[in-house]
Amino acid sequence: MKSIRTAAALTAVGALALGALTACATEPAVDPNAPVTLKVAIDAGLEQGAIDAFDARVDQFEDKYPNISVERQEYNWTGTTFAAELAGGTIPDVFTVPFTDGRGLIERGQLADISGIVADLPYAEEFNPNVALAGEDAEGNMWAVPIAAYGQGLHYNRALFEAAGLDPDSPPTTWDEVREAAKAIADETDAAGYAQMTSSNTGGWILTTLDYALGGRLEEVDGEEATSTIDTPEVAEALGLLHDMRWDDNSMGSNFLYDWGTINQDFAAGRIGMYVSGGGNYGSLVTQNAMNPDDYGVTVLPLADGGDAGVLGGGTLAAVSAKADAATQAAAVKWIDFYYIEKLTDKAAAQADAKALFDADAPVGAPTLPVFDKALYDENLTWVDEYINVPVEQMTPYTDNIFSQPLIPEPTKSTQEIYALLDPVVQAVLTDKNADIEKLLAEAQASAQAIIDRG
Amino acid sequence: MTDTLVKPDLSVLATPPPAPPRRRRIFRWFRGIHTLVFLLPLLVSFIVFSWIPIGRAVVMSFQKTNLITTQFVGIENFERVLSDPLLGTAVVNTLWFALLALLFGYPLPLITAVLMSEVKRAKGLFSALAYLPVVVPPVVAVLLWKFFYDASPTGVFNEILGYVGLGPFPWLQDAASAMPALVVEATWASAGGTIIIYLAALTSVAPELYDAAEVDGASIWKKIWHVTLPQLRGVLLITFILQIIGTAQVFLEPYLFTGGGPANSTITVLLLIYQYAFQNSLGGDYGSATALSIMLAVVLGLLTAVYFRLTKGWSS
Repeated sequence: MKSIRTAAALTAVGALALGALTACATEPAVDPNAPVTLKVAIDAGLEQGAIDAFDARVDQFEDKYPNISVERQEYNWTGTTFAAELAGGTIPDVFTVPFTDGRGLIERGQLADISGIVADLPYAEEFNPNVALAGEDAEGNMWAVPIAAYGQGLHYNRALFEAAGLDPDSPPTTWDEVREAAKAIADETDAAGYAQMTSSNTGGWILTTLDYALGGRLEEVDGEEATSTIDTPEVAEALGLLHDMRWDDNSMGSNFLYDWGTINQDFAAGRIGMYVSGGGNYGSLVTQNAMNPDDYGVTVLPLADGGDAGVLGGGTLAAVSAKADAATQAAAVKWIDFYYIEKLTDKAAAQADAKALFDADAPVGAPTLPVFDKALYDENLTWVDEYINVPVEQMTPYTDNIFSQPLIPEPTKSTQEIYALLDPVVQAVLTDKNADIEKLLAEAQASAQAIIDRG
Repeated sequence: MTDTLVKPDLSVLATPPPAPPRRRRIFRWFRGIHTLVFLLPLLVSFIVFSWIPIGRAVVMSFQKTNLITTQFVGIENFERVLSDPLLGTAVVNTLWFALLALLFGYPLPLITAVLMSEVKRAKGLFSALAYLPVVVPPVVAVLLWKFFYDASPTGVFNEILGYVGLGPFPWLQDAASAMPALVVEATWASAGGTIIIYLAALTSVAPELYDAAEVDGASIWKKIWHVTLPQLRGVLLITFILQIIGTAQVFLEPYLFTGGGPANSTITVLLLIYQYAFQNSLGGDYGSATALSIMLAVVLGLLTAVYFRLTKGWSS
């Protein structure tokens, strides 16, 4: 076994050496004109028209910065393989990450610290503060740049509303109305009135969304200390609502193991009346799940009275791989500025991007939230007005009201692990009539606190 | 009369045989190299894809690593895994799956094989039909059954059972019925291979034994109990331990059917390992995953050793 021990020891030494080398990589004083090759991410599975549009942008970028040579690489964020791909060097230098994973990656040092370079950008101070939080470390330095933001919304099927005798232009505005609408849909049609995600950490995600909408929080953070506040009246109220809809009204159908992809499928197929998810889901529903655009409607989540209720925010960050050296990081920030941010701030770039999406039959104009401020966001919408191809009239219950709802970032400590331990809580409530909600919450809070303390 | 009993010349044993001439020695050594050369590709791939990763896993179980930064943390990973309440649930669920699979899935291939061996005609057809589920790719089979297990009244199984008046069942949507549902599919998928093995083994049972039993007035069940099963002991032994080891590592069914739900009722040890490594921490907790893997491997190794020790005298 000596060769194995040697191999193992050598591997460990190699890993440590690699760690030491990457730590040395964040040195300042880089020659801005030295030639650099930058690998950037492009979505996988695009039509040729979209790829051509991307290449055109790459050419413009290379004209602007002659010393940077850009190579595109297909990459879609995949949480399960990210660490291995990063270690293996198969990740592009610049890629996008959802908000919910950003904080964890920053804490584990899997992203490059580009905060110094980002701070020099002209708009560095103008990000919407709630949106910028997702890409910042504990000290407030921006390690990843927010490029898109959304708020949670209540999606509903207009056709099912009509079939149930409800008015699709007047969706529910309180949770009681949601419950009544769900019951009407379940009674009058074959579909489930209301459905909720419960698997692959989405159970915790949506439960947190409901908690925020009822005025609660999942964690209280005080400097370095964090306290889990899962065992609180608001979470219990959210679970109680689900319990009543499931067991008293029988309005939640018969499938309780949904995750993000499968609930979109069933909603697009007309088997679900209402569900809570990210506000910009229209694209996934129509292009990936062939939903009939006429059936789609979205409204804001009902918020409880009182100051603390708000809507959980999500979005996308542009990040730089931890393995990029200083020169590559500088080039990467230039790319992020050019490709991701310019379409938010510059009219020509915004129109070019919208046109490319429009020509590729991708949705333009699905509801999002401002990354900077509302004025710029509204102006952006006027620039791309001619390319908007989504049924905006059907989305007015959302777009008219979302900007007045407080935007709350996700819990910051051990987010994914806490979501994971809330999945079985939601599943238990929905599959076991006699589930003891108080006991489940007490146990969940204890486990969550242990995870926070350890992490 | 000559002495036909020839006394062996024991003096031959006292001295070693003379060394072969030099040419033959080189030839023998050369033949050894040949063997090594032919073995080399197999050895290399085994070392690179099996032994080095196993060694790496052992090392990783004592580290906290996300593959970029690594630090040694001693037995902290093992402590963390052993103090995780989910571990108890996962072990109990795995044992429950193994027990259900044993009760339902172990006798079934045997009974089927015995019945099939009695069939005189179209034996090949029955064998092919029995083996067909094994040929279906496991992921395809699971996704198919997931569709069948749809808990609404219009789900395939519920619809069929509805024709005979059996009410819609929750299948995967209820903690009590989820695991048995998984076992049914797992048995369906894997029974074919075992049936073929038993069919082959049954052909080795000497027909004279059955004739002797017939003469003694044995019924068909007595024949099976007293002739078939004892003759098949060796094969039964092997398939039993293989089944235990296989069911202890069940991952695909819980992962694709329920993701460990509902409410952790189908989470197994291997699914827990997967969640440690990939789901909850985005690659931050490889230490715990490898620690649990090592512990599982040790337990299964001990189990196998004990099993073979206990059953040493049984197989023919």
